[in-house]
Amino acid sequence: MTTEQPKPMKSDENGLLALKQVVKHFDISGGLLDRLRFEKGKIINQRTTVKAVNNVSFTIAPGETFSVVGESGCGKSTLARTTLGIYPPNSGEILYRGTRIDNKNAQQMLPFRRKMQMIFQDPYASLNPRKTVMQTLEEPVVFHNPSISAVQVKDRVAEVMSQVGVDPKWASRYPHEFSGGQRQRISIARALMVDPEFIVADEPVSALDVSIQAQILNLLMDAQAQRGLTYMFITHDLSVVEHISSRVAVMYLGTLCELSPAKTLFDSPRHPYTQALLSAIPKLGRKKSGHVKLKGEVPTPINLPSGCVFHGRCIYANPRCIEEIPEARSVENKVIVACHAVEEGRL
Amino acid sequence: MSHLLEVNDLEVKFGLRQGDLTAINGISFNLDKGERMGLVGESGAGKSVTGFAIINLISKPGFISGGRVVFNGRDLAALSEEAMREIRGNQISMIFQDPMMTLNPVLTIGTQMVETLLAHRSITRAEAEAISLKKLKKVQIPSPEKRLAQYPHEFSGGMRQRIVIAIALVTDPEIIVADEPTTALDVTIQAEIMDLLQQLCESEDTGLILITHDLAVVSQVTEKIAVMYAGKIVESGLTDRVVNDPKHPYTQGLIKALPGSLQPGARLNQIPGMMPTLTDIPPGCAFNPRCPLCEAICRDQEPPFIPVDHMTRMVACHMVKPDPNMGTR
Repeated sequence: MTTEQPKPMKSDENGLLALKQVVKHFDISGGLLDRLRFEKGKIINQRTTVKAVNNVSFTIAPGETFSVVGESGCGKSTLARTTLGIYPPNSGEILYRGTRIDNKNAQQMLPFRRKMQMIFQDPYASLNPRKTVMQTLEEPVVFHNPSISAVQVKDRVAEVMSQVGVDPKWASRYPHEFSGGQRQRISIARALMVDPEFIVADEPVSALDVSIQAQILNLLMDAQAQRGLTYMFITHDLSVVEHISSRVAVMYLGTLCELSPAKTLFDSPRHPYTQALLSAIPKLGRKKSGHVKLKGEVPTPINLPSGCVFHGRCIYANPRCIEEIPEARSVENKVIVACHAVEEGRL
Repeated sequence: MSHLLEVNDLEVKFGLRQGDLTAINGISFNLDKGERMGLVGESGAGKSVTGFAIINLISKPGFISGGRVVFNGRDLAALSEEAMREIRGNQISMIFQDPMMTLNPVLTIGTQMVETLLAHRSITRAEAEAISLKKLKKVQIPSPEKRLAQYPHEFSGGMRQRIVIAIALVTDPEIIVADEPTTALDVTIQAEIMDLLQQLCESEDTGLILITHDLAVVSQVTEKIAVMYAGKIVESGLTDRVVNDPKHPYTQGLIKALPGSLQPGARLNQIPGMMPTLTDIPPGCAFNPRCPLCEAICRDQEPPFIPVDHMTRMVACHMVKPDPNMGTR
């Protein structure tokens, strides 16, 4: 290993990474003139915010694969980016091995950036087309270890490239010379270059064909076994989630509905949204077995529904669901559900 | 025996400066009235080009270089553009992946539906509007009267795809070609749209050609399936049989590579390498460099497309035993 080994840091009950009541809203109101509205004889200045992530809390243990699932617009990618500090949260805390990282400046974040890396969905957009693979891969190493020698960097690039299954001879090529699967291997190599402990993968296989998807998932699982990596896996593909995850968080409209060990979640989903979501997965060779139909459509995250965000589409909703926001509570063996019906034993 | 649609040895080429590129290399299949068929394969296998070739809508520099597409006894590949316009969008409709790209953003959906009808029928605008309303109800759009006057941006993705389906149905076609109709949609919406499509095809006795990369979706909706690889059909047959007992090594690999079929956490079965680009398809069987069963003959000779498994399906592979009564071909 040519890069410095990370100093062992204390790991406490917060696990490797902990999110506490994290909120991320985006102000989309635009300039002053866009904000002004005329109402009841008065000019009012009104702000519009997208409530992308609301009060999300969870803990990721070292070595696990923690998946976040949900449909488009549920805030899972925002959550991933907020976790890594790409977006600063509006409120709440993010702790890495017990140290708060959400309030650190760029300089103070540097040691954490080495340990937390990200893999993006689209390998066509996430690699700089004007850099060779060598340049792309050496940049993070040199940035984090300015004193490293050129030979050491070369060796490191070659080592990681062969680990991800790309011939090191191709280091002088540009991204356009590679196929989608190869490019995704290179993005994974880039994340592995600095020997991270924690990798956030945002839809890493969604843009790939089935036969290539299997190759990349195997690669990710191998890397985890060899390096003891911890993954936070963002995806909408539930069969992938079932295969690779240890625990799964289900999000709906910026809110955490359910958090369970993967097997428990797929065997016995508790939250009504999770039940609907899982019943909609098409299964190979199995004829339709009546999926749970949801009424209505996903509301906009600009005007969140009152109470439980899911109440408008939920068949179990009662007056309490319309008024009171359900808290995420542990129900039994490591299952956390935010639902009044589950809490009251109606479901 | 004549089928509603018969595709015979269809070949599509793209004329490039370096010479012609063969995108579809002699494929054959047929579809009966009310039958639902899936066309699956990975990106670049030629599924979408096949869909476009059926409605004779291959854009330049592509062209149909051989074979026939016989629909109700007429060869569509040889029809004039004018005669083709009578069939396209009328007797054979197409649904595309992205509903926002399919719908015209500056026309109300009512206008777009009525326009389709008036182009193909000699009816009055009022009659066309009545039919449009009926079709919107069929695809379960709430308050259809109001919705007819709205623009595509006022609908969600799932609702837009319902409207695209309504437009495809408005002329009561005999065949719908649906090219990745749910790929851009979320899984709960996908389930609803696929349910709807299947139910409509059943109630109207409409044939469906479902083009998708998603084997699971195909296995739920279709009766027949054709698996494409590098411009050819490598295996076709009844969906149940092909999915549960694939014969071609590529189909086997594709099904084994799906995460759902294994114990969680186990290594997935991957197919090594990737699909060849159309410019360098290997000699012999196009799948031979990735095939676990490859032998010398696979590198030299193209495998014939032969019936196996008591005539219930067709496979193009040297390593699959033909039905005994077929002899050697």
